[in-house]
Amino acid sequence: MFKEKRDLFIEKFKNGNLKDALSVLLLILPYAILFSLFIAIPTALAITLSLSYFNVIEFPEYAGLLNYITVITQDSVFLRYVLPNTLKYALIVGPGGYILSFMLAWMLAQIQKGPRTILSLAIYAPSMVGGIFTGVVWKTLFNGNEHGYINALLMQWGLIDRPVQFLQSPEYLMPIMIIVALWSSMGIGFLAMVAGILNANEELYEAAYIDGIKNKFQEVMYITIPSMKPQMLFGAVMAIVGTFNSGGIGVALSGSNPTPQNSGQLIINHIEDYGFQRYEMGYAAALSVILLLIIWGFSKIAYKLFAEKN
Amino acid sequence: MSLQGTKINPSRFNKSQLKFYLFLVPMSLFMVLPIVYIISQAFKPLDELFMFPPRFLVQKPTMKSFSDLLRTASNTGIPMSRYLFNSIIITILMVLVTLFITSITGYALSKKQFKLKNRLLSINQMALMFVGVAVAIPRYLVVVNLGLNNNFLVHIIPYLAMPVGLFLIKQFIDQIPDSIIEAAKIDGAGDLKILTKIVIPLIRPALATVAILTFQSTWGATEASTTYIQDETMKSFAFYLNTITNTQNAIAGAGMSAAAGLIMFLPNLIIFIVMQSQVMNTMSHSGIK
Repeated sequence: MFKEKRDLFIEKFKNGNLKDALSVLLLILPYAILFSLFIAIPTALAITLSLSYFNVIEFPEYAGLLNYITVITQDSVFLRYVLPNTLKYALIVGPGGYILSFMLAWMLAQIQKGPRTILSLAIYAPSMVGGIFTGVVWKTLFNGNEHGYINALLMQWGLIDRPVQFLQSPEYLMPIMIIVALWSSMGIGFLAMVAGILNANEELYEAAYIDGIKNKFQEVMYITIPSMKPQMLFGAVMAIVGTFNSGGIGVALSGSNPTPQNSGQLIINHIEDYGFQRYEMGYAAALSVILLLIIWGFSKIAYKLFAEKN
Repeated sequence: MSLQGTKINPSRFNKSQLKFYLFLVPMSLFMVLPIVYIISQAFKPLDELFMFPPRFLVQKPTMKSFSDLLRTASNTGIPMSRYLFNSIIITILMVLVTLFITSITGYALSKKQFKLKNRLLSINQMALMFVGVAVAIPRYLVVVNLGLNNNFLVHIIPYLAMPVGLFLIKQFIDQIPDSIIEAAKIDGAGDLKILTKIVIPLIRPALATVAILTFQSTWGATEASTTYIQDETMKSFAFYLNTITNTQNAIAGAGMSAAAGLIMFLPNLIIFIVMQSQVMNTMSHSGIK
């Protein structure tokens, strides 16, 4: 029995099957280990911790759905500010930024190569600025005294008589966060869409005009978008990730967590507040799971719209 | 006919393109002007930083903000060069190891046949939407339990698995015809040889793109320094600049913050400009099917 197996093993190895399997394993192993440790396990751990009470010092204690129930019934900051803020921010920056980046990409494809390269670089540049510098740029522009450029400009035009504390005032913080997030959102998803539109088969367009497509709008809806669905999906996924990754912007701009009167408080800040400031890890994990579900919901919609059915 | 004047990727100018410029030029200005303002801010002397009304562009440029930045050591007395050195080492290692890992994995997932292949591909595709900050806390627990806390390698190891990088490289390797690889196998080439002699030279644009993306996220990263590292001598340049810009008073520090920001931004910009055609080439294969 054993000998048979061993012979089979040697046979397989000689044929190259096993050797091939071994090399596949070696090629994939480093990535698989790193992926499991730092992406898969943290996600699984977040789900487990969300079902427990954990204050870092004592061993986690099973708490069932208590954390989730607390989120829904007791956390008035979450229900009154964090959740509405997150949804508003995510809907405008996510789909809004995505539609804007498609429009920009499409228009860039309609002009000549030279100007296109320069303008795309200009539009892509803010996404290279990075988190820290983004804070510096916009804090300087919206500085709350007369040295702030925007305040000075508005005062010169006579629109205001004294400087506005833009980044500390609840009514301005959120709109500014949205502007800043849109500003820095034209990243690789945008580049993918530019490339996707430029790659389209020219004959397709000619054929469509012969078939009676009348205007640019019909052209976009019936040819451009259907012929670049894979890039549209990649762009959508990147838009979703970018939106939620940029969630720290309110704290960076206002300089405090919680943000003034919770006006710019997003779920990411709420997680940090509970996890790293109050050490209520179980509760923070429940908030993380809710965030992951929101992200998953958004990408589900993106896949529905653009995934190719087979 | 209407098609000729307005087609995609036109070779010459046509009046009908004007309406696009009318939208694109203001948008580009909105994107670029904040950056221009901050660059000019970095070169402003103190009196111009305090001027009212503030001027958009610098009048008498000076390097004073940069030299102030060099002279300001953090309160622990560690020189700036130390942080810069750390960041250069971190970034180089990070780019090289990421490229290595994503290429070998991308090759296996693209050109090898095995049972779990499709499952692994769809897991990685799902992980494209992974948002690291969402699971910062469990990630912290993993890092601490692995003994990576306050270890220099914590700048690198947790960030090496990069689903977008693997995805882009795998998509690009898909473009290499199987026949080339088969032919090499018949000539007796092993996987290592196929990778180094055929795959790597053919996927240079994708490698360049992943290198840029890795560079951008690593060079500006502060998470590891803030969360995992306690020893000041092992922290990153971006972290150091960030603490300086946060602790200085708003206006006197404005010049220095701007200078710091510029130092962070310029390498990204230069590398992207140099490699942009490679990036665009990669992005045209980036679609998710």
